[in-house]
Amino acid sequence: MSGHHNSQLRNPLILGDKTYHQISEDIAKPVEGKAGKLWWIAFCISATTALWGVGCMAYTIGTGIGAWGLNRTVDWAWDITNFVWWVGIGHAGTLISAVLLLLRQKWRMAVNRSAEAMTIFAVMMAAVFPFLHMGRIWLAYFVFPLPNQFGSLWVNFNSPLLWDVFAISTYFTVSLVFWYIGLIPDFAMIRDRAKVQANKVRETIYRVLSFGWSGRAKDWQRFEEVSLVLAGLATPLVFSVHSIVSMDFATSVVPGWHTTIFPPYFVAGAIFSGFAMVLTLLLVARKVLHLEEYITVQHVELMNIVIMLTGSIVGVAYITELFMAWYSGVEYEQYAFLNRATGPYWWSYASMMTCNVVSPQLMWFKKLRTNLAFTFFLSIIVNIGMWFERFVIIVTSIHRDFMPSAWSMFHPSFIDVGVFVGTIGIFMTFFLLFTRFFPVLAQAELKSIVKSVGSQYSDKSNKQHH
Amino acid sequence: MSKTKHYWKGIEEKENSPAFIKQKEKEFSDFIPVDEIFGKQSKNSSQTPRRDFLKFLGFSVTAATIAACEAPVQKTIPYVIKPEEITPGVANWYASSFFDGTDYCSVIVKTREGRPIKIEGNKLSKVTNGATNARVQASVLSLYDSARLKKPYKDKKESSWEIVDKDIKDKLAALAGSNGNIVILTSSVCSPSTKKAIADFTTKYPTVKHVTYDAVSYSGMLDANQQCFGTRVLPVYHFENADCIVSFGADFLTNWVAPIEHAVQYGKARKLDSRNKVAQHIQFETNLSVSGSNADFRYPTKVSELDAAIVCLYNALAKKEGSAALKCNPVEAKVMTGVEKTAERLWANRGKSLVVSGSNNAATQCIVNAINYKLANYGTTIDMNNASMVKQGSDADMAQLVKDMNSGSVAAVLMYNANPAYSYPTKDFENGLKKVKLSVSFSDKMDETSSLCNYICPDTHFLESWNDYNPQTGHYSLTQPTIRPLFNSRSAQESLLKWSGNDQDYHSYIKANWQAGMFGKQSMLVLFEDFWNRCLQDGVFIVESEIKPAEGVVAPAATMDIQAMATQVAKASEGKGKFELALYQKTGLGNGNHANNPWLQEFPDPITKIVWDNYVTMSPKDMDEMGLHTLLGQNEETNVVKLTANGFSVSLPAVPVPGQKEGTVGVALGYGRSKSIGKVAEVTNGANAFSFASFVNGNIQYAALNATLEKTEAVYQIATTQTSHTMMGREELVRESTLEEYIKNPKAGNEPEMVSVSEDIDPSKKLPSNKANLWEDHERNGNFWNMSIDLNSCIGCGACVIGCTSENNVPVVGKDEVQRVREMHWLRIDRYYSSDTTKENKELGVVARYAAMEKPSMADSLEVMFQPVMCQHCNHAPCETVCPVAATSHSSDGLNQMAYNRCIGTRYCANNCPYKVRRFNWFNYNNNDKFAAFNPAQQDEFSRMVLNPDVVVRSRGVMEKCSMCVQRIQAGVLEAKKQMRKIKDGDIQTACAQACPTNAITFGNSNDKTSDVAMLKEDPRQYNLLDSYDTQPSVFYLTKLRNKA
Repeated sequence: MSGHHNSQLRNPLILGDKTYHQISEDIAKPVEGKAGKLWWIAFCISATTALWGVGCMAYTIGTGIGAWGLNRTVDWAWDITNFVWWVGIGHAGTLISAVLLLLRQKWRMAVNRSAEAMTIFAVMMAAVFPFLHMGRIWLAYFVFPLPNQFGSLWVNFNSPLLWDVFAISTYFTVSLVFWYIGLIPDFAMIRDRAKVQANKVRETIYRVLSFGWSGRAKDWQRFEEVSLVLAGLATPLVFSVHSIVSMDFATSVVPGWHTTIFPPYFVAGAIFSGFAMVLTLLLVARKVLHLEEYITVQHVELMNIVIMLTGSIVGVAYITELFMAWYSGVEYEQYAFLNRATGPYWWSYASMMTCNVVSPQLMWFKKLRTNLAFTFFLSIIVNIGMWFERFVIIVTSIHRDFMPSAWSMFHPSFIDVGVFVGTIGIFMTFFLLFTRFFPVLAQAELKSIVKSVGSQYSDKSNKQHH
Repeated sequence: MSKTKHYWKGIEEKENSPAFIKQKEKEFSDFIPVDEIFGKQSKNSSQTPRRDFLKFLGFSVTAATIAACEAPVQKTIPYVIKPEEITPGVANWYASSFFDGTDYCSVIVKTREGRPIKIEGNKLSKVTNGATNARVQASVLSLYDSARLKKPYKDKKESSWEIVDKDIKDKLAALAGSNGNIVILTSSVCSPSTKKAIADFTTKYPTVKHVTYDAVSYSGMLDANQQCFGTRVLPVYHFENADCIVSFGADFLTNWVAPIEHAVQYGKARKLDSRNKVAQHIQFETNLSVSGSNADFRYPTKVSELDAAIVCLYNALAKKEGSAALKCNPVEAKVMTGVEKTAERLWANRGKSLVVSGSNNAATQCIVNAINYKLANYGTTIDMNNASMVKQGSDADMAQLVKDMNSGSVAAVLMYNANPAYSYPTKDFENGLKKVKLSVSFSDKMDETSSLCNYICPDTHFLESWNDYNPQTGHYSLTQPTIRPLFNSRSAQESLLKWSGNDQDYHSYIKANWQAGMFGKQSMLVLFEDFWNRCLQDGVFIVESEIKPAEGVVAPAATMDIQAMATQVAKASEGKGKFELALYQKTGLGNGNHANNPWLQEFPDPITKIVWDNYVTMSPKDMDEMGLHTLLGQNEETNVVKLTANGFSVSLPAVPVPGQKEGTVGVALGYGRSKSIGKVAEVTNGANAFSFASFVNGNIQYAALNATLEKTEAVYQIATTQTSHTMMGREELVRESTLEEYIKNPKAGNEPEMVSVSEDIDPSKKLPSNKANLWEDHERNGNFWNMSIDLNSCIGCGACVIGCTSENNVPVVGKDEVQRVREMHWLRIDRYYSSDTTKENKELGVVARYAAMEKPSMADSLEVMFQPVMCQHCNHAPCETVCPVAATSHSSDGLNQMAYNRCIGTRYCANNCPYKVRRFNWFNYNNNDKFAAFNPAQQDEFSRMVLNPDVVVRSRGVMEKCSMCVQRIQAGVLEAKKQMRKIKDGDIQTACAQACPTNAITFGNSNDKTSDVAMLKEDPRQYNLLDSYDTQPSVFYLTKLRNKA
């Protein structure tokens, strides 16, 4: 060989010595081909669950919030738990696409598209709950500062729920635009392929979707600029949205909610659960859509490290909360945490602690964090744990607060479960449709990292020589 | 360059002819062919141009859409000729009197547009002094009960008054002719005109006998007074004059004899006055009653030992006096100690004490009389010279009647205000009734008795009828109708008059009576009409000349053999079983008269906080032994136990009550009513416990000493509004101290928590936690509405809860929803038990300690705390900041307001409310079939008339809460404005403050420094709930003081 030096440190991000064309082929395949049996089975299950959920939502709107298990004392439970859980899940997408873009983490390219799609769908699911939990959903427009004829009626800018309205809607809009901008060159690729394949319908659809992308250098330059600008905009949102969501609790007087640690603790928790959800989805997708060479063990390991890190932050936050409750010397605060750990909902606290604090520590072992089956299992555990975290914060704090005379228990109703499972169904339905009609990997970006490792060339040239 | 060039559009513009100028002003210079498009011609022509077609299409679609949006037509019928006294939107108030054979109350009735909607106490009455109780407050809803009979009935079929009148008259005449016995069976009658009507009826049919029977009998007391004093009446009690009150099983605050009067007097006796004096209250009892939970010392005592304890007390006092002791059954050592301590206290307060007993045993009551005589209480706390007429029933007469009925010697029974088929202890009455040829009931319901009768002649509700009452010697009052009878019913008195051949209506009859009798007893007014109108307006008429001075100790008759009495008492309390059963009446439902009233069914029992059920109350220790669930909560099911006593058994859920004496159980009367009395009774469970009662020594005893209890496999879910029973060591909730401590330091038990603050505020010292504040204060100009709640006066009776329900259209949600913790009461009364474990108990680990603190004390020294909690109207309100749409906001006069129209139901306010007083409309309670049976006041076409038109009925999805009766505040403010004056203290009363018999609640403007509430705000006992959170409530509390001296 010549004096060319190959890096020993860097592993290739895409395996299998892909050519540009191969990448196009691999990524366009699910869109152009027919859906497999597995896809149809998954779709049918998801769509049925989704319909069930929609039915439960309609029943709630039709009869009243009494259809749920809420009561005089516990006025929020599964509704807001689900809301925070879904918003949290959404965070991984933005983190991967925006923060990692700014940090020039190229490995993100194989996962950002589906992670962002997940963000969009998760935020949509999250948005269901603030609306659905309203007693009078038909007056939901009251939360927007609209000019009106009722006199001087205006929204209450002191209310964290109003901050939520702005935070979530901004977040959703930016995420959607960011995601869509990224999709444009890929849509254009499918359009161009359809033209060659003489598939008129597909060509028309993707022509519209691709906004007349021509692939000229100017297009690419603008694309890169917009992506950077949007990444810059989206990055603070990663931190602000969940901070504001956490203020729904932090600004209250309820012991167990009124905690200044909430914003960072919620953001860490959000990233923690978001990465877990990305792993859950991608581990399945790479198998079903045959993307093993794009989403590699290396990706999984890197995401597992993020989970381990954020999981540890969350664990520290839990312990800090306990310490602060004791240190505050406030009777109500102390009891809130004692009750969390040892009261009637001890099992939810125990589930939360096991799933969120203990289990991510297993990722210190390289063997475990590179084991796909284990990762899949753990990603689900983490999401269960994070759901419990929100449940613990919301329900165990308010079910026994200041006045013992008003203490009560919360029991979910059939409808509560239906609505939650239904949103998972809707989410999965959307995601499955996404895998069929959208390029699941950002192929245009991926093509920029095909030639990332020198050894590929030497291997290739070696082959040619022999 | 400065000017732009102007180009002419044509030669016309250049010439600028007048024709052109005229044309220029028109928007369309060309003629618009309107006629061609919309005219006849175009319609007839077969051609429709495309544009026209689209126009027509657009117009028709829009027109059809708009037409479809038409709102449903609701018909309202305005007054054609407006009645003089009715102004729509302005309430009329009428003075009246409530008496249902149990409770007497002088009331004023609020009517709107001719509908009675609210009942309040009449302050002019010297008997009830403006107080009410839960049952009186709720009685307005019973008026609109659609299960009331709408016609007279003959042989269970609807009939008409003509047929019924003719039949009954004929039969009565025939029976009287054949010398058949006719009996009028009534509950206590204290109406002079009713008595006269009965007398007239007796004149017409000479074989008539009047028997008086009370569902819950006081015959023993009456008989005792007959023996001791020669008159068969109850005395007038004066609890307010007592410094030491001792009760043996008498729940005198909510049920015994005349509870409303007693509650008022007790309120006075327990009010901390300038002398720093509070009456001491000692209670010996089996079940934990409302009276018992207010006592300073409470000695749980078995039923069988209650009477013996009275004899022991007699002996203890006799020893002090140096007179002879009586033969006495031994009592438990703990009770004996109590009796001795009580004797000390009574002896020290001779002439200022009062001993009462709930026993219906004449012998026991004789000894109670003897004790009170020894203590020289006659003339000060007991007024035997004047009589209370509200209880007159005779058990002996009733027993004789039942015997006669069964032997077939009674030909006719007419029943008024009595329901013995339900409340008589044995089935003998029902069997006897079948043998009676003519049975007539005046009941307005198809109840247990009336459904067995040949004829039902439905009586009118008291709000539809005329009547007069004489509840106490010298005190008279009138009942006047506030609405025309809703149904084809007729007052019982009028029926009696008719059948006696007097066609006069009852109104003229009473008037004539009063003209002949009452009018002459006064000399102020010369014309009878003036006198009559005055009496109607006041509702009461007091004949001072009839009221004898209370002074002068009445000695029991010398003939009374006190030793014999003691022997009889000893005998009566023999024959003990495994368990002893004490029957009791609930504060809400009483003897079951009002079982179809949903407000009372959903009224939380002051002690157990359970709604919609009766149950067996048990000592938790006994329950542990029997392996029954002792956790009373929303999730825990209760075990059903089979209770057998006196040859009768029922299966009821067992409920733990900490103050219950071990080895005893309690069951409430008034449940298990016939399903035919209405929809509410239909959905209520529970069993009739009257069958446990039995005759002992000729009087009905509401106890059984031979009860056995069996655990069954069945479990039952009860509904309760409070599932945690102790304060968990949070002493800042109900702050209390003892009278002794208070005298030493008026701030005893009320020291503010001190906190360290940041150096720039005050580096040197700590601040009270309610002074460390980050918020800006509201400006308080004008009125500042405040409410004070004196925890020392509150007896927990819950009259305020029903008053609030009635005033504010609070929905009833039913048992299932209460079980889901969704009751809607704007005002609740928290009941806490003391716990044996405190936070300071370091023997236990922290987890075990808190778990132990959740358990109420098992000791006899158990203490009970009541605390009414409604919206605290915080001036720094946590709810106000969190509402995204500003639906809850603060008023300039200190109220926390809810704008229902603006509320979208996020419920954040309720989560953030530290007092948990906000109530959410989970369903459309006023229009959801699920609630039709429970919530007639908002759903039933009749019952809806009870709604207060000043308060909106809330739709689903809206948060609601106490508004401090803002509608009343506004009405008061407007009234003052109209009169161009400032608001006077007392002008405005909230519904709860009005209903309170003990004046525990004081409402007013604290910016008016002379107002009561402003003075109370400066009281050293004043504190705010959760003071350390500094929400600055407009509602404040005064500490509770126990007289433990």
